[in-house]
Amino acid sequence: MPGLEDLYREIILDHYRSPRNRGELAVPPAHKVEGFNPLCGDEVVLYLDVNADGVVEDLKINGQGCSISQASTSMMSSAVKGKPVAEARKLIRAFKALMSIHESKLDGESDGSDLAADLEGVKLGDLEALQGVVKFPVRIKCATLAWNTLAQGLDESENPAASA
Amino acid sequence: MSFDVDAIKKDFPILEREVHGKRLVYLDSAASSQKPEVVLDAMDRVYRDHYANVHRGVYTIAEEATQAYEGARAKVARFVGAPSSSELVFTRNATESINLVAYSWARANLVAGDPIVLTQLEHHANVVPWHILAAERGVELRWIPLTADYRLDLSNLDELLDGAKLLAFSAMSNVLGTITDVRELAEAGHAAGAKVLVDACQWVPHAPTDVQEWGADFVAFSAHKMLGPTGIGALWAPAELLDAMPPFLGGGDMIRDVRLDGFTPNDLPWKFEAGTPPFVEAVGFGAAVDYLEAIGMDRVRAHEREVTAYALDALERRFGDRLTIFGPTDVDLRGGAISFALNGIHAHDVSQVLDEDGVCVRAGHHCAKPLMRVLGVSATSRASFYLYNDTADADALVDGLTHVEQFFAL
Ligand SMILES: Cc1ncc(COP(=O)(O)O)c(C=O)c1O
Repeated sequence: MPGLEDLYREIILDHYRSPRNRGELAVPPAHKVEGFNPLCGDEVVLYLDVNADGVVEDLKINGQGCSISQASTSMMSSAVKGKPVAEARKLIRAFKALMSIHESKLDGESDGSDLAADLEGVKLGDLEALQGVVKFPVRIKCATLAWNTLAQGLDESENPAASA
Repeated sequence: MSFDVDAIKKDFPILEREVHGKRLVYLDSAASSQKPEVVLDAMDRVYRDHYANVHRGVYTIAEEATQAYEGARAKVARFVGAPSSSELVFTRNATESINLVAYSWARANLVAGDPIVLTQLEHHANVVPWHILAAERGVELRWIPLTADYRLDLSNLDELLDGAKLLAFSAMSNVLGTITDVRELAEAGHAAGAKVLVDACQWVPHAPTDVQEWGADFVAFSAHKMLGPTGIGALWAPAELLDAMPPFLGGGDMIRDVRLDGFTPNDLPWKFEAGTPPFVEAVGFGAAVDYLEAIGMDRVRAHEREVTAYALDALERRFGDRLTIFGPTDVDLRGGAISFALNGIHAHDVSQVLDEDGVCVRAGHHCAKPLMRVLGVSATSRASFYLYNDTADADALVDGLTHVEQFFAL
């Protein structure tokens, strides 16, 4: 039986208590995107500034939610800030793989080989602390909210016409 | 005989189990109640000994199943004070009961611009069917607001009811615990010429119900919140009203005659019961009301009032201003559903840590998002008490919440 310490690792509680990159950016030039978890009312507001070289130059986050969604959002912001968009996308895929969500598989079962394929050599670092969430299925959506919102934000800022 | 909560606990097999090595403390009966052995047995006996499809069967066991089904209807009808069991329609749940009224009565009687008056504390079950109707028919939805102390603000009731065709409200809020004055509202609704629908989903399980004394036109409730099984609920309405309404779902059982050029609906209540009904569940429903009746609903209410008062007091004493209760604090004005926020800690985290202590509370919007918006929160934690909960359960909640606070201390 998974215990609370699997879910609420110290680094997660640290990001929850002291969230990184909180705030807003002027829109434009930044792009604003919102994500909701309708089941629990969690909300992520993401301000994304992708520069001409395709690098996530800055990002800020706002919103509210449980410790898992807040910590995951904070950790995501630290992980992608300063990274090229392509690398941010790899991180999204790798993070979802960590959450046992494999785009190519329907049953959501992790068997390691998929994880390796999806990770593509990406180093998750601190983010791996969130792996314990997998043992608490109802909380996976809390952890992935920020990442789905980021994916949407990257799509929209690369293709502004489609989001208008 | 005094109210023996220890003996009552023993009637519920699930309350003997443990989670995470702790005694199960079930504080989520507002979402769904646990089931006593007698309910499980009653259903098991139908499946084992009397199972055959109901109505029209000539052979012995079909007749037994039919009698069990109709006998259960009579029990449930009597339990809520219905003058006749032909006025008690079995549905899947309270949600379907309300939809039955929306699809049958409302679509036959309401036109664009007709006002429907609801309250801000309604469950989605008593909101969305009317939104659907508004989108389809252009009826106008009006909302009775709340006061600062979580009660209905009736100061503008006459204005809101002006021209109204329907007044629909909950007898007890599943979030705030607030009890509404059904008789007063029904009278006001009728005086304005409106029909009156009561969502009694949270009331019928917890206090004596007399639909005739209420004087409403439609009363909806679910079995699973009152010790019965899932998959069955009920709608009560007076026979004249049901007779004048068109059928809801079409199919077997709800007809008297079917021809190539049309059909004649069945008598009440079967006119509204299309297809094979949940007759095994109905028997469980009947056993549940037998169980509640043997204890006495006035005593169920008195016990819950006592435990709720104890819990509110214990929460206040342990947490003071760090805990916000969303709902009246006077137990004469409320039921046993206690919504709260603890020290800025998200409801999901509260519920997760409480689970470690075996304490089950719900976290979220409780299917009342319009109310959450009025309260200015996205989620609350909710502990709800029923006849099998005692002060030790309230203590477990309070101690568990101390663990929550320690865990998330900033
Ligand atoms: C006040 C109220 N109305 C309606 C419902 C809907 O009940 P059901 O899901 O059984 O249809 C509920 C259940 O949560 C409720 O609390």
